[in-house]
Amino acid sequence: MKPSAFDYHAPRDVGEALEILAATAPHGKVLAGGQSLIPLLNMRLAAPAHLVDINRVPELDTIEAGGAGVRVGALARHAAVERSDSAARAQPLLRTALRHVAHPVIRNRGTVVGSLVHADPSAEMPAVLVVLGGSVRLARHGGGERDVPAADFFTGPMESAAEPGELAVSAFFPALTPRTGTAFAEVARRHGDYAVAGVAAVVSLDDDLRIRSARVACVSVGPRPAPLDVTEECGGRPAATVDWPSVARAVSLRVDPGDDIHATAGYRRHLTGVLAERALRVAAGEAADG
Amino acid sequence: MTTKLFGEPVQRREDLRLITGEGRYLDDLGKDALAAAFVRSPHAHARIRGIDVSGALEVDGLVAVYTWEDLPEGVRDPLPLLIPHPALTHGRTAYPLARDVVRHVGEPVVMVVARDRYLAEDAAALIEVDYEFLKPVVGIEEAVQGVHLVHEDVPGNVGAHLVQEVPSPGGAGAREAVDAAPHVLAFRLDIERSASTPLEGRGVYARWDADDRSLRVYSSTQTSTSVRMAVAAKLGLPLPSVEVIAPDVGGGFGVKIVHPWPEEVLVPWAAMLLGREVKWAEDRREHFISSAHERAQVQHVRVGFDDEGRVLGLDVTILHDHGAYTPYGIIVPIITATQLLGPYRIGAYRVEFSSIYTNTVQVTPYRGAGRPQGVFCMERTMDRIAAHLGLDRTAVRAANFIQPGEFPYDQGLIFQDGRPLIYDSGDYPKSLSMLKELIGWDAFPQAKERAAAEGRRLGIGLACYVEGTGVGPYEGGHVQVTSDGRVHVSTGLTSQGQGHETVFAQIAATELGVPLDRVSVVTGDTRRFGYAVGTFASRAAVMSGNAIALAARKVRDKALRIAAEALEADPRDLEIEDGVVRVAGDPEASISLATVAVLSNPLRYAFDEEAKRATQFAGPASMDRPPVEAGEEPGLEGRDYYSPVRSTFASGMHAAIVETDPDTAEIRILRYAVVHDCGRLINPMIVEGQIHGGVAQGVGGALYERMVYDGHGQLLNASFMDFLMPYATEIPFVETAHLETPSPLNPLGVKGAGEAGVIPVSAVIAAAVEDAEGITVDRMPISPSELYELRRATAP
Repeated sequence: MKPSAFDYHAPRDVGEALEILAATAPHGKVLAGGQSLIPLLNMRLAAPAHLVDINRVPELDTIEAGGAGVRVGALARHAAVERSDSAARAQPLLRTALRHVAHPVIRNRGTVVGSLVHADPSAEMPAVLVVLGGSVRLARHGGGERDVPAADFFTGPMESAAEPGELAVSAFFPALTPRTGTAFAEVARRHGDYAVAGVAAVVSLDDDLRIRSARVACVSVGPRPAPLDVTEECGGRPAATVDWPSVARAVSLRVDPGDDIHATAGYRRHLTGVLAERALRVAAGEAADG
Repeated sequence: MTTKLFGEPVQRREDLRLITGEGRYLDDLGKDALAAAFVRSPHAHARIRGIDVSGALEVDGLVAVYTWEDLPEGVRDPLPLLIPHPALTHGRTAYPLARDVVRHVGEPVVMVVARDRYLAEDAAALIEVDYEFLKPVVGIEEAVQGVHLVHEDVPGNVGAHLVQEVPSPGGAGAREAVDAAPHVLAFRLDIERSASTPLEGRGVYARWDADDRSLRVYSSTQTSTSVRMAVAAKLGLPLPSVEVIAPDVGGGFGVKIVHPWPEEVLVPWAAMLLGREVKWAEDRREHFISSAHERAQVQHVRVGFDDEGRVLGLDVTILHDHGAYTPYGIIVPIITATQLLGPYRIGAYRVEFSSIYTNTVQVTPYRGAGRPQGVFCMERTMDRIAAHLGLDRTAVRAANFIQPGEFPYDQGLIFQDGRPLIYDSGDYPKSLSMLKELIGWDAFPQAKERAAAEGRRLGIGLACYVEGTGVGPYEGGHVQVTSDGRVHVSTGLTSQGQGHETVFAQIAATELGVPLDRVSVVTGDTRRFGYAVGTFASRAAVMSGNAIALAARKVRDKALRIAAEALEADPRDLEIEDGVVRVAGDPEASISLATVAVLSNPLRYAFDEEAKRATQFAGPASMDRPPVEAGEEPGLEGRDYYSPVRSTFASGMHAAIVETDPDTAEIRILRYAVVHDCGRLINPMIVEGQIHGGVAQGVGGALYERMVYDGHGQLLNASFMDFLMPYATEIPFVETAHLETPSPLNPLGVKGAGEAGVIPVSAVIAAAVEDAEGITVDRMPISPSELYELRRATAP
């Protein structure tokens, strides 16, 4: 479990990082927190010829929370985002979901943007980005920046829209709007493991406290986190009279889990329904309080 | 008294060093050594047609590449079958490097030595092995059909077949007794594979001294003395030219008692051949696919019983998955077959097992070593009897207990040490009443009802076990008092974190009457003690503990003799306290052990002030007697051995309360209670630590850990990401109570405690989940997904 040889680059600013990525594409790989990449290298499941370590690029270590939302730089650690009060005020789902991400030691090192680019369908943060309708900002040497909406960013298991030579410089999580609530629920085999199933939910109410919109994104039940809109299933009713079990059933019927060594597809589907109901009820409750 | 330390909860002396990074584990040694890596089979069953190493030769820093063809006589032979048994008619062991056929994924095929491990892995990746695929045999069900064979010359894939039968007091055979019983049940039980998975894998580091032709080997092993003998024999070296040291070892749990591993032969051999230091430190993936697993069994049970639940006949047939090879013999299924009876007096018992080869990693003992399977069988049987008769589960057990007045109790079987299975002592009814009290057994139904009213599902379960510990043949101890008053204790068996530095020091300090901080302990270093067996079967405290006590008593006797002469007193009037020998009742008449040590060794040369007192002109001496009397030896030291007539039998009972989520099927352990009897306690804190660790591993086996092979013999979860060793967050608080029924078999009255915690956990959790759910649980481990599927399968 030792990585094969690679050239190591330690750029000092984004410009230099982009130059190196351009020069080494498609053989360059960005190293941020390394919580997924280093094990992959050690197991020789990945063997990039060039490793571009962005840990010495301070301009990427940012968390900007404002009225529109939270922009998280590529070097912001999970723990920093989790602890950021301004981020939590702007979008509380960030803190809620981050507490499910692995363990504190991993969160101290791992980055939010790194988790998004890794695009593991079992990870929490891709589902959060999707359910909030956020985006990822990609930069390329000489090519400026582009923002890719979450719905387009995750293209498959461990596959994202980031192209060779591109660096994901930040991600944007839209702010919580009025009369909106969010929630995250998951079941993992062990504390901190990737979820067997998980659901991120956002529910908005209208002025009469009827469900205006309800969305979920599900973890570990498909090749990528997909947004599921269940507004129609809520029937425009007040939260208290919504038939949540039937809404949850609709969610469980629209996901596409597979069997693996930890769970059957049937259990994952069932569990997604259970968690969807729990998350939607909490989100609707928060929306009513907010 | 400060030196009466036996039985005291002394803090572990090794912990400061180990938890502040000062430990010296195998990979902390030999920083400049060459590194070995292995090309391992990616296939479960294949014939090697050719090996092309040319790609590796391009790697800068490559030192050597070896295949089986390169190995000399001795080294190239199959590895030893360590524990032969007449029933193991088709024992098979691997070659250190595969010769022509590979029989499991992970079997070593080529050894690479390079400047460092990175380069060694680079080179290994460039070696091409041409395989002809053979049909892999995976899983007991497929293996017993015998259509495809793991070893061409082993028909039916059956390595061993053994039947033991104990007729009823009236002379009826077990099957007859079952058939004649008022009630009969028959069922099947399954236990899946798990493994020791110590956090530190295996590792070997060898240094060859070409000048005096001697070899020093460090190995992360549970037996340095036996590794030494094996290495000397394989390499054709005189035994005195080989020393083997077990440094700090980061866990063993059984897998490191197996020896010599291929690497333990090949690394020293390469070091000799190359004249360079060579090291191999196993990585995690290697450990999963090339060390050893355990546990997997299928059990077919028939039991006959009366209206009170007394077992009149028990007939068990076990299919034991032994993996590809049997280097450790059939110890695991023998233990299952014999320890299955637990604390019970069974009318008539017949047990039959077949040890089955499969194209998977070999099976050798893992903490508990077959007992968890036996206890699962017996305790699930007790629960089924209770359910069938509508009796309380504890009542059925009580009806079958061996009573305190019945010891020594002969179960009529032959145990793993080849000796009769005779329980030496115990008090099972008392254990059970303590356990019921601790967990609140009698009040639980009300708690369950209250929870049910809130939509919660609670369940309670219990299980009992008896564990043969402290198997022979022997261990030894050496105790030396040096002229600075320090006490040096050594024993040949090894430590993997059990706290031997503390408990052996407690024993020596108590026997000698010296403060603990004057005592140091060395284990597993053949330079200090050459005769030993090893650390396994919960034997270290029983075997080395007693040997050290006996050796210390020799030293004490000698110290009293010398002091009596110096003080002109009768040795019978002397006592040793705080490192000083005194005449009882006369505080003025005393002499320190340090001075006694000086006097014990007559000197010609004075190298320091103390030594002057022992030189030839220092004081009056009888000119008619030699300085060292006939029958005496210079020095204040003693060596002794403890060799038991047979094993001593510890016991215990566990109970748990679990909650199952009606929606998600998650299983949570709310309470876990242990009543434990390992005879006299040397250090209750360390015994509790052993129980906690054991329960943690047991919870792993019950709810989390399994080795998942696919039909091609690929291990699908060979990493700690997918092999779910529980974290601290998954382990409940463990409530313990101790019962002490001393063993009459050894001077200290102790029994083993190392494995106990793990043994009944799967049975306990299965029972509790069953109670919570009202669904029969007949296979372990159980995951939320499996509980969900079980609910669906049994839903009306």
